[in-house]
Amino acid sequence: MRNVWTIASRELRSYFASPIAYILLAMFSLIFGYFFFSAVAIFVDFASRGQMGMQMPPMNVDQFIIQPTLGNFSIILLFLSPMITMRLFAEEKRSGTIELLLTSPVRDFEIIFGKWLAAVLLFACMLAISMLNLAVIFLLSTPDWRALLVGYLGLLLMGGTFLAIGAFISTLTKNQIVAGALTFGAFLLLWVLDWVNAYSTSTVGKVCQYIAIAPHFEQFSKGVIELKDTVYYLSAIGLGLFLSKRSLESLRWRA
Amino acid sequence: MIKVERLTKRYGPTLAVKDITFEVEKGEIVGFLGPNGAGKTTTMRILTGFLPPTSGTASVAGHDVLEEPLEVKKHIGYLPESPPVYPEMPVEGYLDFVGRLKGIPSGEVNQRVDSVVEGCALGDVRQKLIGQLSKGYRQRVGLAQALIHDPAVLIFDEPTAGLDPKQIAEVRQLIHDLSGDHTIILSTHILSEVQSIASRIIIINDGKLEASDTPQNLMARMRGHESLLIEIDGPPEDVEERLLAVEGVNGVSRKNGHAGRTSWSVETSKDAVIRSDLARVVVESGWGLYEIRPIGMSLEDIFLKLTASEDAAEAAAQDEPVAEAGADSPDETEEPTASEAAALPQEEPPEEQEESSKQEGAAAS
Ligand SMILES: Nc1ncnc2c1ncn2[C@@H]1O[C@H](COP(=O)(O)OP(=O)(O)O)[C@@H](O)[C@H]1O
Ligand SMILES: [Mg+2]
Repeated sequence: MRNVWTIASRELRSYFASPIAYILLAMFSLIFGYFFFSAVAIFVDFASRGQMGMQMPPMNVDQFIIQPTLGNFSIILLFLSPMITMRLFAEEKRSGTIELLLTSPVRDFEIIFGKWLAAVLLFACMLAISMLNLAVIFLLSTPDWRALLVGYLGLLLMGGTFLAIGAFISTLTKNQIVAGALTFGAFLLLWVLDWVNAYSTSTVGKVCQYIAIAPHFEQFSKGVIELKDTVYYLSAIGLGLFLSKRSLESLRWRA
Repeated sequence: MIKVERLTKRYGPTLAVKDITFEVEKGEIVGFLGPNGAGKTTTMRILTGFLPPTSGTASVAGHDVLEEPLEVKKHIGYLPESPPVYPEMPVEGYLDFVGRLKGIPSGEVNQRVDSVVEGCALGDVRQKLIGQLSKGYRQRVGLAQALIHDPAVLIFDEPTAGLDPKQIAEVRQLIHDLSGDHTIILSTHILSEVQSIASRIIIINDGKLEASDTPQNLMARMRGHESLLIEIDGPPEDVEERLLAVEGVNGVSRKNGHAGRTSWSVETSKDAVIRSDLARVVVESGWGLYEIRPIGMSLEDIFLKLTASEDAAEAAAQDEPVAEAGADSPDETEEPTASEAAALPQEEPPEEQEESSKQEGAAAS
């Protein structure tokens, strides 16, 4: 565990030593802020129409603000997570520092887990920024905080999945730009799997939908922890980290 | 301390290391000498556990590199060909990180960092980002990194490559200071680099171990093949004749000359004393002597000399059995199994050897 933290903390320091972490956080704040306040604007619009005596369905902040805002997170992850993970291993392979890691008394798994953990912690910084936005609603209303917590748990799992896949792809190349492009391509593919097959009832369609990352978040965003979604995310993270380990091993056999 | 047995490494079709066997005792400084592409880096990477061998075994401090990689890694400090540094980190932060990575207890890391910063003279740049350091300083950070956990075995891959002469001297001094408590392997493709500090030199070429001996013995083996460069202003024909007449001179060849002088390469089989003989001849002939100095042998020359003499010895040793096997073959064809043996070529050599040794035994009795 100590080795994992040694590696994770160095990785985090590197993120913040270069502009990349600040650029990512700034971009995130901007995009998330936009999603959030447009949801608020729609809500206010509807609410004022209700006050004007129009027939409106009952509305609450959970359904109209929190759910859509959290639901949009997967789009943000699609674009930002490749930028978080692309350098993880590719840069170490390019600069030769991988030789330091692989000749130190640490296990391959500790290296991979430490790096993934650093990426997840950077993502957690984004989640913290998003919480600042959502805190505004708590000042004006009383949303269901337990549902919100479940939503954030789901975000962490979904983010972890994106980052584990990205970490694996980063082990495949020496070039972080190539790693970033491949990762984005892979995520886009997983994304397409979802909406192309959204209304399909065939077996292939169902399988595709199951593989897609984002749909598994839907229940979380409603404040419901579904076992099958949790299992999906945990196994996807496990698979990503396992493939990274395999790739690191094969790097030794090939290198 | 280090034991390498029949080590072979294959990268796809290329055989980078071929059946290398050697041992390094505790406290030895071994120079790994070979031209580029000889397999030095590959061998070191196997020893450090970065690469697995294709076949053969390697062990460090009694631990096999494949079976107990973590134990091996604890005992090794490794400086790869280019120092494995993170340019965005300050020197101190980097050394702290490596210290923890190597398993130094948290309470002792600071003290170890202080110690290597002092040992590698990094005090001035301690807080600087590694990316801003000169190549010489970066190399010293690489050395500090290898020393941080005070390992018993140090492996340095071309530690002086790309440095200027002053930096080379500093690094060499540093390595010299480390000798005694540590077992050190360092690689280089320059003979003079290791001649003075190594207690033993292992020469590898094209993946094969060509020689393993003390620098003194290697020099002695190469004696009789020394060359001198001599620059004279005198009539070339006379010069050649008179120089050849000096006792101990085996050959004279004319090099380029300028400003009326000519340069000559003189092959000798004698020690340095011949220089005074040559000088006397030149002066007595009334010519001007501008320069006389030994020409350092290039690594290629050394390989040629070493392998030539070994090949000759091998050929001499093999000559007899080969001839006998040839003489035996008519007998063999009469045996019913001979055609089968020919159909299975991989089985042929052992049978032949057996046959010939039997014949030898018979002849002896
Ligand atoms: N990763 C690799 N993949 C394929 N061939 C390699 C690799 N690394 C080294 N080689 C080959 O193995 C041989 C030995 O290389 P190396 O050990 O680096 O030699 P040295 O360090 O003595 O210059 C060379 O022919 C080189 O081309
Ligand atoms: Mg090399």
